Amino acid sequence: MILDELQQRIRDAAGRGAALCIRGGGTKDFYGNAPRGELLDTRGHAGIVDYEPSELVVTARCGTPLAELEKTLAERGQCLPFEPPHFGPAATVGGCVAAGLSGPRRASAGAVRDFVLGAKILDGRGQLLVFGGQVMKNVAGYDVSRLLAGSLGTLGLILEVSFKLLPRPPAESTLRFELPLAKALENLNRWAARPLPVSASAWRDGELSLRLSGAESAIRDAAKKLGGSGVAPGQAAQFWTGIREQSDAFFAGDAPLWRLSLPSNAARVDLPGEQLVEWGGALRWLRSRGEAGAIRAAAARAGGHATLFRAGEKPQGAFAPLPPVLARLHRGLKQAFDPAGILNPGRLYAEF
Amino acid sequence: MPERSVLWQEEDTRPYECDGLTAYRRVPMVVALPETEEQVKQILETCQALGVPVVPRGAGTGLSGGALPPGDGVLLSLAKFMRVRRIDPVARVAVVQPGVRNAAISDVVAPFGLYYAPDPSSQIACSIGGNVAENSGGVHCLKYGLTVHNVLRVRGFTIEGEAVDFGSEALDTPGYDLLALAIGSEGLLAVTTEVTVKLLPKPESARVIMASFDDVEKAGNAVAAVIAAGIVPAGLEMMDKPATLAVEQFVHAGYDLDAAAILLCESDGSVAEVEHEIARMEEVLTAAGATRLTVARDEAERLRFWSGRKAAFPAVGRISPDYYCMDGTIPKKRLGEVLKFIGAMEKKYGLRCPNVFHAGDGNLHPLILFDANDPDQLHRTEAFAGEVLEKCVQVGGTITGEHGVGVEKIDQMCVQFGAAELEAFHAIKRAFDPRGLLNPGKAVPLLARCAEFGRRHVKPGVQSHAGLPRF
Repeated sequence: MILDELQQRIRDAAGRGAALCIRGGGTKDFYGNAPRGELLDTRGHAGIVDYEPSELVVTARCGTPLAELEKTLAERGQCLPFEPPHFGPAATVGGCVAAGLSGPRRASAGAVRDFVLGAKILDGRGQLLVFGGQVMKNVAGYDVSRLLAGSLGTLGLILEVSFKLLPRPPAESTLRFELPLAKALENLNRWAARPLPVSASAWRDGELSLRLSGAESAIRDAAKKLGGSGVAPGQAAQFWTGIREQSDAFFAGDAPLWRLSLPSNAARVDLPGEQLVEWGGALRWLRSRGEAGAIRAAAARAGGHATLFRAGEKPQGAFAPLPPVLARLHRGLKQAFDPAGILNPGRLYAEF
Repeated sequence: MPERSVLWQEEDTRPYECDGLTAYRRVPMVVALPETEEQVKQILETCQALGVPVVPRGAGTGLSGGALPPGDGVLLSLAKFMRVRRIDPVARVAVVQPGVRNAAISDVVAPFGLYYAPDPSSQIACSIGGNVAENSGGVHCLKYGLTVHNVLRVRGFTIEGEAVDFGSEALDTPGYDLLALAIGSEGLLAVTTEVTVKLLPKPESARVIMASFDDVEKAGNAVAAVIAAGIVPAGLEMMDKPATLAVEQFVHAGYDLDAAAILLCESDGSVAEVEHEIARMEEVLTAAGATRLTVARDEAERLRFWSGRKAAFPAVGRISPDYYCMDGTIPKKRLGEVLKFIGAMEKKYGLRCPNVFHAGDGNLHPLILFDANDPDQLHRTEAFAGEVLEKCVQVGGTITGEHGVGVEKIDQMCVQFGAAELEAFHAIKRAFDPRGLLNPGKAVPLLARCAEFGRRHVKPGVQSHAGLPRF
C-alpha cells in the first residue's frame, strides 16, 4: 500500500541522510527556492476520504487533483473559499496546502490556513501524526494543521487534509472603474470599511475590477452604491481566472515577478516595473528587474515583505530573510519535525 | 519593578489562586503586575536565569485552569496592560494591549462603524490576551471565525526575554505561520504584550429567529438542515429546556418555556439580504419540525434573546451551588446521539446537566450541576465529564473547542492523541522554551502521566501506530 511505501522511503532517506523532494503535480516547482533531492511522488495517495456537505467539511488525500476536489464540491454547491491557484491541471491538494497560496477571494474570505481543520502527516522520521480534526473548533494541542499551510513540505509529508467549506455564492457580478492606483487604493480601503459584498479586486493599467459575491439582492444594492460599469459574466469569469491562475497578460514575459504582501492601505510602492494590485491593496505583484535588496527594503518600509515569486534564478533566496529570533524558532520547529533535515531541504530557507 | 507591582503576602496573592475553573486552586509564590514591556522582559530574563516557572494571566475568566498559578513560581498578570495603542479605521485594525477587554475593543471602534467579531460569552470581562491564548470563539464564529481568523499580529516575549512578532499588518509573513501556532497555545510558547486585531464593518442589519422544538433531537437535525440548505447563519445556538428555564428566571429573555429545546438563528448583512435569509431559514426550520418561530421584533428584543444565551453560565450558577462546564466539539450529524448519551450519564451519575451549544459549530457546553462541598458529587462530576469528552472523541470530535486544555482536560489529551503527537507537541514547546518554564504542566500531558491515566487514545479512523511504544 502506498502509505507504507511513502513511510518506508522517508525512513530509508532519514537513515541515509538523503534529501527528499516531495512533489505532487509539480505545478508549483517554480515557487520557493529550487527543489532538490530524490523525488518522492505523492500522487499515488489520492482520493476524497470523507465529504459531508451538511458538516461543511471535506477530507482529501494529498494526491487528489485539486480540480477533482473543486468539481466534487461544486456539484454540491460548495467551494474552497480561498480560491487556491492551480497553476496547471496537475495541481494536487497536498501541494495546495504545502504552498499555502490563496487566490482573489483571500482578503474577504481568508487564506488556506484559515480553512484547514486537520491534517495527517508523515514527519521526517516517517511517523504518522494526526493533528486537528474534522470539526470547526478545536483547541486541543498546538494548531499544527494550520502551521503546515505554506511550510512547503519542510515539516512533513502532508498525507491528508480536512478543510472547512462554504456554500458557493448564489450570485456574482464584476464592476470596472477607470482609476489611477492611488485613488484605487483609497477607494478599496474605504469600501472595505463598509458592509459591502466585495469578494475580489484587481487593479492594473489604470483599471480597477471589483467582484461582488453573495445574495442577488445584496449585489444589486451594492452595485447601485458603487457605480462603475458592469462586465459581462463570461468575460468577468475569464478575467478572474486570469488573475487567479496568472494567465493574465500582466504575468507574461520574463522579467522577475515579485509578490509584495503589505498592509492594504500602504501607499503605492515606488519601484521600477509594472504593478498589479489585488486583495483590496494587500497584495502587490511587481514585474521588475530591480535589485532584490532594494525591493525587499521598500516592502519592509511599507510594513510588509517581498517574495521573489517567479524568476529564472533566486540567488538572494525566494523569501525575505527572518529576524534572528524567528529564525531560531524556525530551526527549532524544523528540528522537532525533521531532525535529519531530509524533507524539502532549502526550499523555504537555505539554512534548513 | 515598583513595589506596588509585586505581591507576595498571602492576603494579596490569594485572589489569584484560580481562574474561572474554581475546582483547581493554588496560591502563587509571587504575583507580578508589570506595567511596561521592559518589566515583562526583565521578569522573564530573571525567571529563566533562576529556573523559576512563569504562568501568564489575563482577566482570569478561563474555564480550563490555564492560569492556575505555580506554587513555586511567578504568576505574571497582564492586567495593567490595558491601553488601546492605535486604531486605524482605514486599514481596519486596532493595536491593543493584552489586558484590554474583548468587548471594549468593539466599543472603542464603534464610532467608525467597525467591530471585533469574536464574542465569547465572557466578553464583558475576558481580555484579548486570554482570547489569543485560548483561541476563543463565541456565538458568531461559524460565519466570522475564531480568534485565529481575526488577529493579524501578536507581539510577545519568549521565556528568554526576547521580543518577537508573530504575523504583521500585512495578510501573511515569510516562513512558517507562527501566528497560527501562537494563537491557542495557552501561554506555553510566549507572553503576549500586544495584539493587532482585524476589525470588520458592522452589518447593516441583523435579525434573529427563536425556533421552538418539542424534541431535542429534532432541534439537532434542524441545525444540519439549515447548513445543508446552503445558509451560513451569523449565529446558530441551541439551548435545552433545563437551560432555558434557568436563564428565564435570571434575565427574562423571553424564551419559549414549553419547548424541549430552542434554536437561535441569526442572519446579518444588507436589509434585503437579511429579509431573504430569514424567510429561507423559517422555511427550513418549519420543515424540520419547529413548533413555533419567533422573529425578534426589534433590536431590543434581538439583544434580549442573545443576552439570555450569553448569561447561560451565570444563570445555571444560580440554581446550583457549583457547575462544571464542558467544551467538546462534535460533527453536527452526531448531535442527537451525543445528547442521548449525556441524558444517560445524568441517570448514571445522578446529576443534572442542562445543555447549551454553539450548534452551528457542533460545540457543546453541557453544564453539570453539583455541590463541590460534597466530595462524592465532585468525583461523580469529573467521571461524568470524562465520559462525555471521550464520547466526543469517539464520534470524531475533540475534547475542547474553545476553552483550552489547561489542567482540566489534560488526562483526556491522552485519549485524543497518541504518544507520537504528544511528543511532537513537547518538541514544539522545546523549540520555544527549552527549559519548560512557561506555564508548565498545562495543555500537553507528559507521556508518563498518560501511562498512569491508563487509557489509550481512541481517535477514530486512524490506523494504530504499529511499532510505537504504548503508554
